[in-house]
Amino acid sequence: MTTTTTSRAADTPLPQRLSDAGFAALLTALLGIPLVGLTTVDVGGRVAVQTRWDWLLGAALMAFSGRLGVRWLFDRPAWRGRSARVQVDQAPAARRAGRMQLAGLGVTALALALPLVFHDNRYVVDTATTVLIYVMLGWGLNVVVGLAGLLDLGYVAFYAVGAYSYALLATQWGLSFWACLPLAGLLAASFGILLGYPTLRLRGDYLAIVTLGFGEIIRLVLVNWTALTHGPDGIGSIPRPTLFGHGFAPAGDLPTVAGLFGIDDAPWHRTVFLYLLILGLALLTNAFVLRLRKLPIGRAWEAMREDEVACRALGINATRVKLAAFALGAMLGGFAGVFFAARQGFISPESFTFSESAVILAIVVLGGSGSQFGVVLAAGILVLLPELGRHFSEYRMLLFGAAMVAIMVWRPGGLLSQRRPTLTSASAAETPTPAPNSAAIRSAA
Amino acid sequence: MSQFLQQAINGLTLGSLYGLIAIGYTMVYGILGMINFAHGDLYMLGAFVSLTAFAILAAAGITSLPLALLLVLLVAVVFTAGYGWAVERIAYRPLRGSTKLAPLISAIGASIFIQNAVQLLQGARIKQLPPMLPGGFEFFGPGPGSVTVSHVQVLIVAATAVLLAGFTWMITRTSFGRQQRACEQDAGMTRMLGINVDRTISLTFMIGAGMAGVAGLLVTLYYGVIDFYIGFLAGVKAFTAAVLGGIGSLPGAMLGGLLIGLIEAFYASYFSAEYKDVAVFGILILVLVLRPSGLLGRPEVEKV
Repeated sequence: MTTTTTSRAADTPLPQRLSDAGFAALLTALLGIPLVGLTTVDVGGRVAVQTRWDWLLGAALMAFSGRLGVRWLFDRPAWRGRSARVQVDQAPAARRAGRMQLAGLGVTALALALPLVFHDNRYVVDTATTVLIYVMLGWGLNVVVGLAGLLDLGYVAFYAVGAYSYALLATQWGLSFWACLPLAGLLAASFGILLGYPTLRLRGDYLAIVTLGFGEIIRLVLVNWTALTHGPDGIGSIPRPTLFGHGFAPAGDLPTVAGLFGIDDAPWHRTVFLYLLILGLALLTNAFVLRLRKLPIGRAWEAMREDEVACRALGINATRVKLAAFALGAMLGGFAGVFFAARQGFISPESFTFSESAVILAIVVLGGSGSQFGVVLAAGILVLLPELGRHFSEYRMLLFGAAMVAIMVWRPGGLLSQRRPTLTSASAAETPTPAPNSAAIRSAA
Repeated sequence: MSQFLQQAINGLTLGSLYGLIAIGYTMVYGILGMINFAHGDLYMLGAFVSLTAFAILAAAGITSLPLALLLVLLVAVVFTAGYGWAVERIAYRPLRGSTKLAPLISAIGASIFIQNAVQLLQGARIKQLPPMLPGGFEFFGPGPGSVTVSHVQVLIVAATAVLLAGFTWMITRTSFGRQQRACEQDAGMTRMLGINVDRTISLTFMIGAGMAGVAGLLVTLYYGVIDFYIGFLAGVKAFTAAVLGGIGSLPGAMLGGLLIGLIEAFYASYFSAEYKDVAVFGILILVLVLRPSGLLGRPEVEKV
């Protein structure tokens, strides 16, 4: 689309790039003195300083090469066209949607085929299960952030409500996974309404801090209400989900799945079952959300995201529409929480900190707010990235943070940005986008 | 009565620290409309730089306390301002003019990066500084009814008052202050009038970070214990303070900070220390429900 012939001429000359990188290195060296070049150690109650000039030199060299590399990449026009701008896709919406559907089907097929190939590899199935939990959380939050445009920094609260409701209902009253799933979903949804009702007339960032505060309140209550939640010790021996009353365990008193099918019990049955369970839940969620987007409520969300004042003027009840988004998003988070508790068998407030909310929000935004497939892509990247970094585990969170910044700077609209209405009227869909020279024509006339 | 006074003093001290951090949030929000999530971590960096600077001065044999404090203050402000500049340059400036969510995610990423970098470079364990400024004033005689005001507390409140006064002067009277306020109102128009908007934004970040650096130095003196994670909670509470006071309003940030500090101290003393943060967030929600634009914030007028 962009002309590429001018690329070389527009390049920055080498000496200038070198001096630019040198400047970056110098700055790094200066700013790094107290944190990289020096460190304090405790020597018998007194604080002493140690120097590490070699580290500082290393940091400066890294900054030098990093700056050089980044500049080289961003100077190429193919990249420059995409970066630092919300990209406007020129491809017709229909073709793009078709491509997306194809990719979605492909990924679904891969996900279904995964246990056939890797059923014996517990690590792969477990990691895929984790990815799917985040996909589900991402889709839930996507309803709130991507569709309705409400910034929620405390989404993990609903995840926690779901997880703790299952853990408590199952361990105290002996309710089964399948009975708890709808109950916990309802409970999480009512928490969503509880939070949403007083706060939804707040705008953007005020809502963000209130949701953050709500998330912290839930976590603090979980930590401190020891009589109910066992505080920081958490709740253990949470029963695993069963398949029509048949458990996954070596043959014993209880009916087992292996006994039902008359096959030998194997440890992989349960991990694969859990994987298929979350896959089913996720696919249901996807179908549910895609359906919602085509219903009046979904259209109202998208309209609300674009212009709330116009929506009010058209007679849409803003509070009710937003509450619906909050409640549905919370419910999906609650479902994911139930599954999380059932899969782990142990939960504690540690799993529901703010950083978890940040990761889920990052999945939605990195994926491109509003895009279902983008969430899958981003969840895959954000879960697999730390997994790949396992061998240098000390640095994995460092890389995680850096990757978040880098992806945002590279593609501010998210990996797959989709900020257009799900439904368009037939005439609007067929009319080609106005040609770039239409402005010229208008000015000539 | 003495308990009440004592908690009021503790609350004011804590509130001053929150207020200092909150000013950075509110300034950045005013000019860019974004939540600088890494701001709390700049405060943490300020604390670490101060600790190192104190250790160097002790090794260099500088024993005069005022001189040491002044030097450490200078070092802490210069370095945290530098870090603030770097964060803005790397993580926020490329995103200017994009969606509202993109800088927020970038800021959360920067915050995670800074925390983990400090954890790797300086160690995950807490760092201790022996008390530099021991002692204090005692009122109402020795005994159960006494109220103590430590020297550090006096220093914190005095430093905050001086900084706030200087800062208000700068924003209302100087040329930079005018530019800053102009950018806040209409960045595009300001650029047309020949003012370097990027430079103004950078300076705003540096000043906000410098204030956070001072707060970091003061907290190191006050508690004597720091670790790489202190920035998160302090940042969240300071941001809460900024929102409580009405984001974008400087006196509001200070007022919000003091209120949060007082609520925390009183709730911890009279009710329960475990739930003090619940009280802080609960009151925030309550205030925002009753006054959606904060205590001193102007209600947003929507034009169609």
